[in-house]
Amino acid sequence: MSDQSQYLLEQVHDARSSGNTLNIVGGGSKRFLGREQSADATVELADHAGIVSYEPVELVLTARSGTRLRDIESTLAAHGQALAFEPPHFSEHATLGGTLSCNQSGPARPWNGSVRDAVLGIRLINGFGEHLRFGGQVMKNVAGYDLSRAQAGAFGTLGVITEISLKVLPRPEASLTLAQEQDATGAIQAMNEYARCSQALTGACWVGGFLYLRLAGANSAVTAAARACGGDVLDDESFWYSIKEQQHPFFAGEQNVWRFSIKPDAQHWREDGEWLIDWGGAQRWLRGEYNFATLESEAMVAQGQVGLFRGKQRKGETFATPSPGVKLLHQRLKKAFDPQGVFNPGRLYSWM
Amino acid sequence: MAVSAELSLLRQSLADEFCQFINPAFVIADAETQRPYECDGLAIYTAMPLLVVLPETVEQVQRVMRICHRRNVPVIARGAGTGLSAGAMPREDAVVLSLARFQSILGIDPVARSARLQPGVRNLAISEAAAEYGLYYAPDPSSQIACTIGGNVAENSGGVHCLKYGLTVHNLLRVELVTVEGELLSLGSEGLDTAGIDLMALVTGSEGLLGIVTEVTVKLLPLPIAARLIMAAFDDVKTAGDAVGAVISEGIIPAGLEMMDSHAIVAAEAFVNAGYPIDAQALLLCEVDGSAEEVTEQSARVERLFNALGASVVRVSQSEDERALLWKGRKSAFPAVGRLSPDYYCMDGTIPRGQLSYVLTEMERMSDEYGLRVANVFHAGDGNLHPLILFDASIPGEIDKTEEFGGRILELCVEVGGCITGEHGVGVEKLRQMNVQFTAEEIEQFHRVKAAFDPPGTLNPGKGVPVLKNCQEYRAIDAAALAT
Ligand SMILES: Cc1cc2nc3c(=O)[nH]c(=O)nc-3n(C[C@H](O)[C@H](O)[C@H](O)COP(=O)(O)OP(=O)(O)OC[C@H]3O[C@@H](n4cnc5c(N)ncnc54)[C@H](O)[C@@H]3O)c2cc1C
Repeated sequence: MSDQSQYLLEQVHDARSSGNTLNIVGGGSKRFLGREQSADATVELADHAGIVSYEPVELVLTARSGTRLRDIESTLAAHGQALAFEPPHFSEHATLGGTLSCNQSGPARPWNGSVRDAVLGIRLINGFGEHLRFGGQVMKNVAGYDLSRAQAGAFGTLGVITEISLKVLPRPEASLTLAQEQDATGAIQAMNEYARCSQALTGACWVGGFLYLRLAGANSAVTAAARACGGDVLDDESFWYSIKEQQHPFFAGEQNVWRFSIKPDAQHWREDGEWLIDWGGAQRWLRGEYNFATLESEAMVAQGQVGLFRGKQRKGETFATPSPGVKLLHQRLKKAFDPQGVFNPGRLYSWM
Repeated sequence: MAVSAELSLLRQSLADEFCQFINPAFVIADAETQRPYECDGLAIYTAMPLLVVLPETVEQVQRVMRICHRRNVPVIARGAGTGLSAGAMPREDAVVLSLARFQSILGIDPVARSARLQPGVRNLAISEAAAEYGLYYAPDPSSQIACTIGGNVAENSGGVHCLKYGLTVHNLLRVELVTVEGELLSLGSEGLDTAGIDLMALVTGSEGLLGIVTEVTVKLLPLPIAARLIMAAFDDVKTAGDAVGAVISEGIIPAGLEMMDSHAIVAAEAFVNAGYPIDAQALLLCEVDGSAEEVTEQSARVERLFNALGASVVRVSQSEDERALLWKGRKSAFPAVGRLSPDYYCMDGTIPRGQLSYVLTEMERMSDEYGLRVANVFHAGDGNLHPLILFDASIPGEIDKTEEFGGRILELCVEVGGCITGEHGVGVEKLRQMNVQFTAEEIEQFHRVKAAFDPPGTLNPGKGVPVLKNCQEYRAIDAAALAT
């Protein structure tokens, strides 16, 4: 629980001068994501931890990147606040830095925003071995390019994030989950319909023939919304926890887990496939052995993307194929931050 | 050959090229017709453009960009020109590319809750078109009648409802961008995220320095079923500031939470007769929205809280008309303050809310020092301060004095842990203060990012990020000033 920036900087300088590449590791909880790691050495962030500042009335928390999500969430809870994007942990070691790099957000994401939406500012060590600060610790900051939010999904390829400032929010006063029996097509329709008219929705997930709706907010609002939706009331926490942490039986077993991020009302397809539909239809999980290219053309029809989330074979590409123009920008941005290619080589794409 | 002769040759030959595929009425080369483009909403910065061009298809934009790229001519994108940092200010060697003719709403998807827009669509027009589906577009800058969605993306604009519903960046799904080379890129998707570096976030707020926004898909939200505004007057600013914190500590995130100081209250009241108590030192406007039950409950809690904190007046809107009227005073605060003085200069710093009374006190002190009045309107919920400095441009030296005062306010914001701009952008205006907020290494990183998108550096050059040479000069000047 201390400031290790100096040591982190030294490691980056050493790597630069020796020509080594570095694999950036927070808690290792998301090791399974992205392409297989293959670097000469590792930079460990787990000891670079601790909440640097937290002012509940400012709704802002700043923590070192190696701070465990668990510690952040319990500190916030003590003040009736939370990370509104409900980050999945995937292990008790999960850190804030990894959450941002891997752009991981939970079931409330369509309504409460993602980790990228909550980020206000960062500190980062780039490939030149410079420790830089972008964004701020205030809600709004448009000075300079938004290099903080740009990190979401970059998988550490632009540098070592050392500190993150986030917007935090009060926990809802009440929350309640309803279950309705539905087929996938009906559920997609219903999810979009509820999202269009309900102010209280903070979760909409379909699995195993049931649609689960979570309502949250002021007591009175939740009660009224529940009356309007209908369905059986369910033990809240455990269901959403199992979805967020992928501990639901749907995720059990060794088969590949594919993740689609698509238009929320995209028509259901591959009716015989094993599906879990979350984020009100905008995030859909598919189990099984499929050809990536085939799935990519299906994702295109659904106006979004697909990637391999969990899989045994991670030597090939695991993330959606970018258009040539977007690929070029990735390559140029990589050069702009890390010209020697020190950080996480090949983790995001084989070519960067 | 003299520079001006060279430029006029260039103007002529570019105009000829553009006229081959753009209606000549929309290729503006003469000074008189160019005049309305000489500045944006910050009228103290003016310059004439080389040429103004108003294409009407994306294909035409691409061709303009390709030609300018080939000839190494700078391009400045322009929406409605309401920007407040001289971001769209022309230069004599640059083409102003106006997106004003891209005014179509390409589609509203009521089921997926999104709207596909051309970049010149006015902010308010989106919500107007979505209303029939019970939906709206949340970010609502006070300039929303005029400003364009392309400009909003370029500035990452905010509004009074940002605390709860986010800034432009939080409400975007997809952006189409024409690059400096004339390539058309699609960033984001109809889904909620895409793989890789978040390029859409990076482009948002980039002030036209990274590409030309040619299409925007935004999220639409369900219109709140109910909304109520609670107005509270306080005898001192400190208590009003504490009241803001108290609302948040209650676990309530208001849809809007605005503060005005006594100068702004008096000006706004004289302008719209909203019924603001003109003897108050600070006025809070707190809006809660949501379901009917939630609004009733929360407005009662906020009302109790303001009373308990010693508000001198608390008024809760009893009708939509009353709510609109109470907002109108705040929304017209800029022009209202503008009436008090021949000119006003609007600043845009952000601060941690807890620093409010310190910052306001310091500002009063500087106001005396410079002999210039300053009125404050404040997005109190998210710490975004808009000091309005009143001045008279016809008095010699007063503009310079005003700018210096403004600069010191921004430096004060940085000193207390805030930043130099919350929503208006850096443009030309705040280039100098960039050095207060960022180190030389950070600024160099910005330049490398710019070069990744714009290798020749011809997109809105000289805005947003200071060139290092100037940074060093600014620092030297500041160091010298400190030494004396
Ligand atoms: C009275 C008043 C009140 C205001 N209130 C607010 C407020 O509450 N909140 C707020 O955030 N702002 C506010 N503003 C500032 C301004 O309205 C916003 O910055 C707005 O987003 C600018 O939009 P525009 O279309 O006028 O852009 P312009 O002024 O034309 O351009 C602004 C910048 O964006 C670039 N640009 C414009 N269009 C494009 C495009 N299609 N592609 C790439 N770059 C582009 C320009 O090059 C320039 O750098 C206010 C302004 C006024 C005059």
